[in-house]
Amino acid sequence: MSATERTDVLVIGSGFGGAIPAYHLAAGGAEVVILERGPHLTAPDFTHDLRLGSYTRIVDLVQGDGITVVAGNCVGGSSVVYFAASLRAPGFVFDRRGSLGHRLWPSTLTRAALDPWYDRVEEALPVAEQSWDQVPYPGGLFAAACARAGRTCNPVPVAVDLARCTNCNWMLNGCHFDAKRSMLLNYLPAATAHGAEIRPLHEAQTIAPATTPGYRYRVSYTQLDAGDYRLPVGVGAIEAKTVVLAAGALATPVLLQRSAPLLGGVPQAVGRYFSGNGDRVSIADVDEGKVRDLLGLERAPGIPYQGFPIGKPIGSMSYDRLDPATAEFTRFSLQQIYFPGITDLLAQATDTPATSWFGVRKKEMRARWPSWLSVLAMTEDDNEGVFGPPPPTGSSTRVATSLCLSTLSYRPTANTLRGWAAADAEARAVLERDGLARVRPWSENPAGSVSAHPLASCRMGDDPATSALDERGELRGHPGLFVTDGSAVPTSLCVNPSLTIAALAERACPGIVESTAEAGVRVRYGAPAPR
Amino acid sequence: MVPGEKRYGGDVAIAGAAPGPGAVQAGAVELLNLPDLGIGILLPELALLVNTRALAYAATHGRVLLPTQPPFVALRFTDRTALAGELLTPGAPDRQLYVLLALFAAAAFDTAAHLHTAAAVRQRHPGLAWIGFPVPDADGLWRFPDYSYGRRLASEHPLTTPGGHPA
Repeated sequence: MSATERTDVLVIGSGFGGAIPAYHLAAGGAEVVILERGPHLTAPDFTHDLRLGSYTRIVDLVQGDGITVVAGNCVGGSSVVYFAASLRAPGFVFDRRGSLGHRLWPSTLTRAALDPWYDRVEEALPVAEQSWDQVPYPGGLFAAACARAGRTCNPVPVAVDLARCTNCNWMLNGCHFDAKRSMLLNYLPAATAHGAEIRPLHEAQTIAPATTPGYRYRVSYTQLDAGDYRLPVGVGAIEAKTVVLAAGALATPVLLQRSAPLLGGVPQAVGRYFSGNGDRVSIADVDEGKVRDLLGLERAPGIPYQGFPIGKPIGSMSYDRLDPATAEFTRFSLQQIYFPGITDLLAQATDTPATSWFGVRKKEMRARWPSWLSVLAMTEDDNEGVFGPPPPTGSSTRVATSLCLSTLSYRPTANTLRGWAAADAEARAVLERDGLARVRPWSENPAGSVSAHPLASCRMGDDPATSALDERGELRGHPGLFVTDGSAVPTSLCVNPSLTIAALAERACPGIVESTAEAGVRVRYGAPAPR
Repeated sequence: MVPGEKRYGGDVAIAGAAPGPGAVQAGAVELLNLPDLGIGILLPELALLVNTRALAYAATHGRVLLPTQPPFVALRFTDRTALAGELLTPGAPDRQLYVLLALFAAAAFDTAAHLHTAAAVRQRHPGLAWIGFPVPDADGLWRFPDYSYGRRLASEHPLTTPGGHPA
């Protein structure tokens, strides 16, 4: 058995939430080790391939009870597989009360308070505004449909080098052209340039008090086989003065649940209040003739649209229903988005739920696949997800390549269902107008609701009974143990969460540095945006 | 899951309910046997499970099944569809198993998940051809130099903040 190692700071997870603190702490002079469960791949490894064993190396499909969640599993985390939409959360989100009847975000957090941190992240990634002539066909079609229905529509800001982007639409596989700004291109190389060490295929298992004087926590981990993540190939432990937990909203609470007996308990909000960001996807089966006649669009002679697989996956979105004056649980954004073929299963061809997503009519619908358009509503859900007791190891049970079973259960409340119904009605009002398309939400029969935006399972807040973290992101009752990933975000955001997760991680860094310095490490805060 | 035409006269496994190739022609069985997936060894047991449910379905719906055929194969297509709906309904016993089988059958058709995509497209994989999946460049990568209508097609929200964000 190997001897216990020691480091100033141990970061668990290398996505937005882990990479950003790792950079600031390393740049400030601390010794930093990053444990990452997934493999370390780079652009040449990110192939355009739907074969099992390609993208499935870096993306997990995590099935819970009533919900399925898509999440990254590699160095860089979900930033490697995300669709790069980089949006600030609307101001009303920070005032949300949910069904608990009190403000859910810390009182110090408002849009104005977070804007300087958003600025930093946008500079570091960086984020670009798409001009209309950079919005791909599906986004253009959605915009034209919005305009015809009396709605507005915006090009979506994206963390993409637009000059380098080939509009290949393979973002879930990681970017082969290094055009998408993942953590692999900014914070992580900047962190390693300052001496941080990344250890891929290292899955953290428990956090316990350290036994070495001066160190606060001892983290045990399992090394995983690169070819089959179900197989452990080694174990070890590292003691650290500060631990930054950023394993993702599906893993962070599970790791804390397993560690609770060792840590003398964890706040009761750990593993509760999970939000899927209110994600709700619909597929529009578009009538090409109506695209020509109603919208006057033609992308090539005789071809009005047929552009479903072309472009960056996210092009345009409507902010019309983000009205702060309207009631909570009725506000949402509606965004044009493309999902790879593995999700085609979920499209509904009929209105008979039990059989709508397979069979003869569905096959007919598949023949019109280039004329599909998908839209994602990001609504206000009710934080109703709850994790059951943790599995023996890891955050879920891996049953096959990329397929995991979680103890997460999600039973949408009447509030959440109200938001989804409002979003469905709006999608139809825009896209079914005068027969432009036939629109139905993804079937919930095969996989429950589906989210690519897991949040809030270890959230921050002012109320100790309903939030696990204080407003600095420190786990209540456990000095020096910080959580900086999507699990810290208190509520759904009505937009894609990556920029907010990153901004909250940036915001947490001065406090993490201060806590680390108090533990005796010579470290200071103030590094510029990584270059 | 993705019905198709019979492969030959007397093909009983495929009901022949829709023109063109279905999940079987697209490689569903090859995919289920893919070593990476690690479930090939379980397939005979899963077939047994499906056939048991088909027998029960026939008994409760008054269907007489040809004894010379496996029970699921002996069901008419509409009954196969109804039974699949029952097996895949939330709350049904063993549902997670059937969902996995449905997922892989569809993935064989929609994504040729047992093949490298560029090669599959060039070989006219039945599912990718059916959905009209685009052809890659010669190096096996996709690029779309023509990708935009190239003009403003809506007005932006009046409260949009600098950078293009909602207020």
